[in-house]
Amino acid sequence: MAGLSSLSALTAPRAAQRPLSPRPTKISVRNLNFYYGEKQALQSISLEIQSNLVTAFIGPSGCGKSTFLRTLNRMNDIIPGARAEGHVRLDGLDIFDRGVDLVELRRRVGMVFQKSNPFPKSVFENVAYGLRVNHLVTGRRDLAERVEESLRAAALWGEVKDRLHESGLSLSGGQQQRLCIARALAIRPEVLLMDEPASALDPIATQRIEELIYTLKRDYTIVIVTHNMQQAARVSDVTAFFWLGRLVEFDATDKIFTAPAEKLTEDYITGRFG
Amino acid sequence: MEPAERIVRHFQEDLNALQKRLIEMAGLAEERVRVAIEGLVARDVSALDRITTGDLPINELHIEIDNRAFTLLALHQPMAADLRTIVAAVKINTDLERVGDLAVNIAEAGRRYLAHPPVKPLIDIPRMGDIAQQMLRSALDAFIRRDTALAQRVLDEDDRVDSLKDQVFRELLTYMLQDPSTIAPALDLVLVSRHLERIADHATNIGEDVIFMVSARDVRHGAATLPRK
Repeated sequence: MAGLSSLSALTAPRAAQRPLSPRPTKISVRNLNFYYGEKQALQSISLEIQSNLVTAFIGPSGCGKSTFLRTLNRMNDIIPGARAEGHVRLDGLDIFDRGVDLVELRRRVGMVFQKSNPFPKSVFENVAYGLRVNHLVTGRRDLAERVEESLRAAALWGEVKDRLHESGLSLSGGQQQRLCIARALAIRPEVLLMDEPASALDPIATQRIEELIYTLKRDYTIVIVTHNMQQAARVSDVTAFFWLGRLVEFDATDKIFTAPAEKLTEDYITGRFG
Repeated sequence: MEPAERIVRHFQEDLNALQKRLIEMAGLAEERVRVAIEGLVARDVSALDRITTGDLPINELHIEIDNRAFTLLALHQPMAADLRTIVAAVKINTDLERVGDLAVNIAEAGRRYLAHPPVKPLIDIPRMGDIAQQMLRSALDAFIRRDTALAQRVLDEDDRVDSLKDQVFRELLTYMLQDPSTIAPALDLVLVSRHLERIADHATNIGEDVIFMVSARDVRHGAATLPRK
């Protein structure tokens, strides 16, 4: 019979034997409730997002995963009637505190959206924009270096280095999405929130984004919302399953996709509902 | 909603078909062990010949079941219990094919044995055969019914077959020491008992796979007590 190791990825780790990972907590969420007016969209969510791991949120449409993602840098603040209760702490700082500087929070916790949304400017200016408005560079040379560094980090430099002054909108869909990632990385965030970052892309472009996510986790803490469960299984270390605004299960990705503890999770990931 | 439900039904149909073929394979494998042992006990050469030459259906099923499993994995990327079921099916398939081969080995040893006068009345070997077949049947029932308690009982039976094998060996040794002319046929009986013990091991593997499939617990090699990597 084959050795144990050949199937270790398919066997259920016992919770006591294998904690998720011994990494420091980057974001700690405690008893988070979220409301759109009267409607409660998130119910008492508590979880810890660990540094330099990829955490995936999965669940059917309307389960609250995107709402939850957007609370992590207070993007929901702009929605009229929306309100949050509970605690979200970024390295111990409660992001709902009155004194929190939202610009600084969103600098530390960057975001990439489902649909790539480059500014109608050149490739270079798309990445340079955040650096300029935040006064994060000291001169032209510094700016050029930071733009190159960001484009390289987003695995786009080789494809655009000769087209830096063409419009960002002239790039392909996959390149535009990586441009948006480069733009998010330029201001050196600590956490990168990604809301369905590859759902509008073809399989090759999707694969590039997934490889990029894998590379970026060395330097960033990444949280990704995805409808594509194979994608969650491929790119994430930890997975949270949401259903009707509740967090049903939160565990190591290999555990969730091979031996989930909850029947609801099992039914969802095996396609029996949703 | 509607298309998603259709896809699940399609997957479920294919998964059910895979399991049905596996159960047919198990029936064939078990039948061949039964005929081989009965042929040996009844000194029925033609029954043994049917076993040594009739391996084709089981070999064809072996390939078909693996192909079905590969297709399901490639097209549906199953997860959780579905994934464990398919992985278990592939492994059980290999175990059953080996059981089929061991039935051939028993028939071949039986053919050689029957060329000599009987060494002794056959008592323990048919008993081993009964237990091994019962283990196979129970392992497959456990697979069909998703019954981990029954699978565990298969695991527990394995020791009985092991000790019967040792007993057969010790007894045959005394015959061989007393009369060297019995050495060749007695060694064939030792081989038969060894093959039956291997069949029981394969039934045990199937029991372990069933436990893994149902509860995601790996009980092989005392895995529950091994430190995790």
